[in-house]
Amino acid sequence: MAHAKDRVFPHRRSADHGQPGPAHHPIVIVGAGPVGLVAALDLASKGHRTVVIDKKSNLSDGSRAICWAKRSLEIMDRLGAGQALLDKGITWKTGKVFFDTRQVYEFDLLPEAGHRMPAFINLQQYYFEHYGVEAAQQTGLIDLRWQEEVSGLTMTGDGVLLDIATPEGPYRLLADWVIAADGARSTLRRLMGLEFEGRVFQDQFLICDIKMKMDRPVERWFWFDPPFNRGRSALLHKQADDVWRLDFQVGNEADRDEEVRPENAARRVRSMLGEDIDFTFEWISLYRFQSRRLQRFRHGRVLFAGDAAHQVSPFGARGGNSGVQDADNLVWKLDLVIKGQAPDGLLDSYDAERAYAADENLLHTTRSTDFIAPKSAASRMFRDGVLALAETEPFARRLVNSGRLSVATSYDQSPLNGMDGFARGEAGAVRPGAAALDAPLDGGWLLQQIGGGFAGVWFSRERHVPEEVARGQAGLAQREVPVKALVVSQETACARYGAAGAPAYYLFRPDQHVAARWHGFDQGAVEAALDRAIAKS
Amino acid sequence: MPLQYDLNLKDPDGTYAAIIDAHGDLTDAESAALNARLVLLLANHIGDAEVLRKAIEVARTSLGKAR
Ligand SMILES: Cc1cc2nc3c(=O)[nH]c(=O)nc-3n(C[C@H](O)[C@H](O)[C@H](O)COP(=O)(O)OP(=O)(O)OC[C@H]3O[C@@H](n4cnc5c(N)ncnc54)[C@H](O)[C@@H]3O)c2cc1C
Repeated sequence: MAHAKDRVFPHRRSADHGQPGPAHHPIVIVGAGPVGLVAALDLASKGHRTVVIDKKSNLSDGSRAICWAKRSLEIMDRLGAGQALLDKGITWKTGKVFFDTRQVYEFDLLPEAGHRMPAFINLQQYYFEHYGVEAAQQTGLIDLRWQEEVSGLTMTGDGVLLDIATPEGPYRLLADWVIAADGARSTLRRLMGLEFEGRVFQDQFLICDIKMKMDRPVERWFWFDPPFNRGRSALLHKQADDVWRLDFQVGNEADRDEEVRPENAARRVRSMLGEDIDFTFEWISLYRFQSRRLQRFRHGRVLFAGDAAHQVSPFGARGGNSGVQDADNLVWKLDLVIKGQAPDGLLDSYDAERAYAADENLLHTTRSTDFIAPKSAASRMFRDGVLALAETEPFARRLVNSGRLSVATSYDQSPLNGMDGFARGEAGAVRPGAAALDAPLDGGWLLQQIGGGFAGVWFSRERHVPEEVARGQAGLAQREVPVKALVVSQETACARYGAAGAPAYYLFRPDQHVAARWHGFDQGAVEAALDRAIAKS
Repeated sequence: MPLQYDLNLKDPDGTYAAIIDAHGDLTDAESAALNARLVLLLANHIGDAEVLRKAIEVARTSLGKAR
């Protein structure tokens, strides 16, 4: 098979082509980027067929996203592609920050053992998509249609009519549900006349992805004001296949065509890494970024996800990673609504929860951007003050902001959250709304056990399960929306969930976020929390 | 503890002089840089976000830039 970045997907004329009327499909996904692929895989894991439309004939143009966060890896693991990503990706956890020529700060992203997935891996976006496509083909439920472009959209009473342009002429699809994962320049957004509100930044950054054998530690290096890029910033990070990401801030006025000329880009590369290095270019790209989002992610039967719904600056690796979480959040809700097991209103919580997450990501990336590229003399003064103090004063290190790296959003205000039976601040990392924390079990991992449906976990150091808990769990497993019954007694898991002493019962949603929790077990309370988590009450 | 409006310094004149002295041999740009570092150090020492918010508000108001 061709290398992931060179794969070409031919157009295949589908049976829907040339029919007198539009072909009906329950779910159409527009966009086979990371987000569309994850949505399709997750829907397939719940038994749904999908049609996925993408106008391109290839995977991601250029490496683009390279940092994949723990939560994305956990989601991909649930969908069967986690190990492939882990094997191909570069695992890293150390970052170093330099100011001028001095190292001022070093961080370790995952100081704690006992998680299946690392804090981050680095892997070119086309590989992420490649493994996604491989996994999609395994399911037999995902109809991937390359070189087909959505060019028109009409809302009908109970569906969405899509015009599809293809190399062999147009056809039409009638979908009950459409997931718009068609990226930052979303066609669907435009066709529906939706505004994309926010800020466009003037700062320009030059990406040089180069291939080079280099004996360097696998660490993220970030420079503020280095001699080779005075007054600006730079980043160096390793990807798979001996490819390195170099990112230079080049200023607002830099000339686009000049900057991306290989001889000019090569000068920058050599200024960072030395005159005598031997390398080839993989990708040169100049970008400006934006911080914008749709006001609402749900428009009836059209659900926006990923860059189509929100765009953030790359500092913090929050674009792709948050899009993957969008899909993870959306799919179980769509599944229950389609099966008639939850009211349509459950899908409104997709908007509530993921718009909240988008705001969190926008806030973090905007703050990082202001630190990396200060917008005023005063802002630069404080920035440089922080960097200078960070060399000697521990407190200032926490203020250094070269990107706050993506972690799963906790849906603190979510209407789906049920009871928190814990004392304030007790095991706060796994409060209702938060994503589950992994922990080792005998021969496996907690997240793998929780799986992709509702799960109820009795955490107790006592191996003996009280009779009423066992009976209650058996009852919950028989409901229309079943709750998988689990008992966990391992020390690390119990400690992480605040059950080192008194036992605890946690109700997890299908996206592995905590719905509710208690010390002790009360079946009626769990049923009430379950109804709430599917918007039934 | 709320922001202190009443005098909280044991040696007011000495403290004031110490701040001015720190700027004695500095250019305007260096003075601004010193002030930024002092604000950061003191903000961390105070720690209380509410006190800082109030201090920022009072300082801006005295500049005629209330928000
Ligand atoms: C330089 C750079 C570095 C980045 N680094 C990171 C990082 O380290 N980590 C991270 O998480 N994110 C990063 N990102 C962001 C990340 O690349 C995006 O957030 C991610 O690609 C979004 O995925 P998506 O599936 O929403 O959209 P896309 O990947 O843009 O996919 C959209 C797809 O829709 C298709 N499409 C569009 N219109 C139509 C249409 N009308 N009909 C049919 N198909 C259509 C396109 O062909 C495309 O394949 C980076 C981005 C850049 C530019």
